[in-house]
Amino acid sequence: MTTRIGKAFARRTRPLLIACLVAGDPGYHDSLALLREIDTAGANIIELVMPFSDPVADGPVMQEAIRRALMSGMNTDALFSLIRDFREISETPILILTYANVVMQRGITAFYREAAQAGVDGVALADVPVEEADPFCRAACDAGIDPILFISQTTSEERLLRIVSRGGGFLYLVAALGVTGVRGEIDPATIECIGRVKKVSSFPLVPGFGIGSQEQVRAYSRTGVDGVIIGSAIVNEIHDQVGQPEKMRDAVGRKVRDLVASLG
Amino acid sequence: MIESTRFGVYGGCFVPETLMAALEELESGFRTIVPGKEFREEIDYYLHEFAGRRTPLTFCRNMSRDLGCRIYLKREDLLHSGAHKLNNALGQALLAKCMGKSRLIAETGAGQHGVATAIAGAALGMRVEVYMGEEDISRQALNVIRMKMLGATVVPVTSGSRTLKDAINEALRDWVANVRDTHYLIGSVVGPHPFPTMVRDFQTVIGKETRSQILAREGRLPDAIVACVGGGSNAIGMFTPFLSDSTALFGAEAGGEGLDGRHGATLCGGRPGVLHGTYSYLLQDAFGQILESHSVSAGLDYPGVGPEHSYLKDSMRVTYRPVTDREAIDSFLYLSKTEGIIPALESAHAVSLARNIAGEMEKDDILIINLSGRGDKDVAHVAAVTGVCV
Repeated sequence: MTTRIGKAFARRTRPLLIACLVAGDPGYHDSLALLREIDTAGANIIELVMPFSDPVADGPVMQEAIRRALMSGMNTDALFSLIRDFREISETPILILTYANVVMQRGITAFYREAAQAGVDGVALADVPVEEADPFCRAACDAGIDPILFISQTTSEERLLRIVSRGGGFLYLVAALGVTGVRGEIDPATIECIGRVKKVSSFPLVPGFGIGSQEQVRAYSRTGVDGVIIGSAIVNEIHDQVGQPEKMRDAVGRKVRDLVASLG
Repeated sequence: MIESTRFGVYGGCFVPETLMAALEELESGFRTIVPGKEFREEIDYYLHEFAGRRTPLTFCRNMSRDLGCRIYLKREDLLHSGAHKLNNALGQALLAKCMGKSRLIAETGAGQHGVATAIAGAALGMRVEVYMGEEDISRQALNVIRMKMLGATVVPVTSGSRTLKDAINEALRDWVANVRDTHYLIGSVVGPHPFPTMVRDFQTVIGKETRSQILAREGRLPDAIVACVGGGSNAIGMFTPFLSDSTALFGAEAGGEGLDGRHGATLCGGRPGVLHGTYSYLLQDAFGQILESHSVSAGLDYPGVGPEHSYLKDSMRVTYRPVTDREAIDSFLYLSKTEGIIPALESAHAVSLARNIAGEMEKDDILIINLSGRGDKDVAHVAAVTGVCV
């Protein structure tokens, strides 16, 4: 069975834009409005971060957004409700990015079943490497959800093959050593890594972490990747406009349109 | 990973992909370098000639008379730096150096592990940066000054609850960004594999010494051993050589204001989940968000616990009980006055639990308390809490 994520990559004529928001940032209704905004602005896939209190893979911008979301009362119930609300108006693929404990405390099987019922297409867990992924991948596949796994420039050949054989949807390439957050240049080791992965797999490959500017997006689209994931750069627009919902939506929409335009 | 990463169902390797290569490299270094003759000789030199091992096992005449059984203290408070943390810091720093790393990072709560890492870094010629929550920096000012004097950089952590948990988050973020030249020197038996196993092995010197000391002294094994448990490294280090014996083992957790209020008693009041790379008991809400812990002692103020302790709890080999802030302070003063030994507030939790257990013991029964650290760092805080003017 092909999920909406798989179909989006199969149909693509240019690299896809995966735009990221934190669920419930800065509140439930703002968050729903922002989902609609990035959808109409042209995001091809939406990555929705389910906040976790101790996000060790995230930098300052995402940490602050996660804090805002948790303060506003975001939790797993509200996450699925938010996605159901969004599904009433859009069929754009959604993947959830979160941490292992959020899924485990729901019950692994229950989390994926509820996610599928709400209209989720993929789930990526920032602190679950392939060594720990089996129970999550099994439950995801049973529910018809893509289990999205990460690779990085430090991933060995042997582990890369294991990751390719277990993952679904696309390969999430951690494009910078370190946490999420916008950086200046593309790490040459990441370019080398893209070449290495493309040699062993035809699976869609999408870099995330550290990408924010139109120049970076243009540079990445020349490397042969199948899309780019933009997180902190979008979330940062929210940070600057908290308390002014319309300005916030405008700023986020503009950012996404600019990024889409630079994908060619 | 080549070795098993689990203790029963607990443990594992729940970290971002970027760290997996570093953990594999560390596991390989731990398996191949640490058992080697060269490493053993070097670490033995540092432990004995530099840190002052072996530490005494002190028979406490006054307490024994008062509590009605034979009470011994394992004196990790007399180790250089003032706490057991140095056993692990020296071991990991030496391993990191053998692996070609030039920079050490560490998290610290009470400051004891930060001081131990700063000492190890100074002795072995490695740069040290210590992450410490702002809340803890103000609670443990003396240790902050010690770290700075030892040449380490103390990085204040302002995220989350600004305590040990958040310092670990920041240290993990630093490590993800700097894995090539940096070793993350975790201070307890927590974190992803191989840390819980490696830290246990470096701390097991406590239990090995205790075992031979008590056999030489009493000609038999103790009836009970008590240690405090935050992350749980002094307790695991003490318990490990006794796990196959009939000695009763007790862990004292941070009961804080009591289990109905704010506390840090993860095993007594939590349930299993994933934090900081490992599956273990946690303080968390129904949705898996981690709760802030509380303890009068910064070193026990952590909402997680080492995965092997979770295994030992479920298998009922070790009994874990909470000790409140008030009881710990009372035992801090009790040990100071009764034996002339000022314990760390962390260790005072073990003293308190031992005083309770002693009531159930016979006159000739042997009870050993692991006195994991000395209390100089806590004197000002206890004075303030008890209203003593300094």
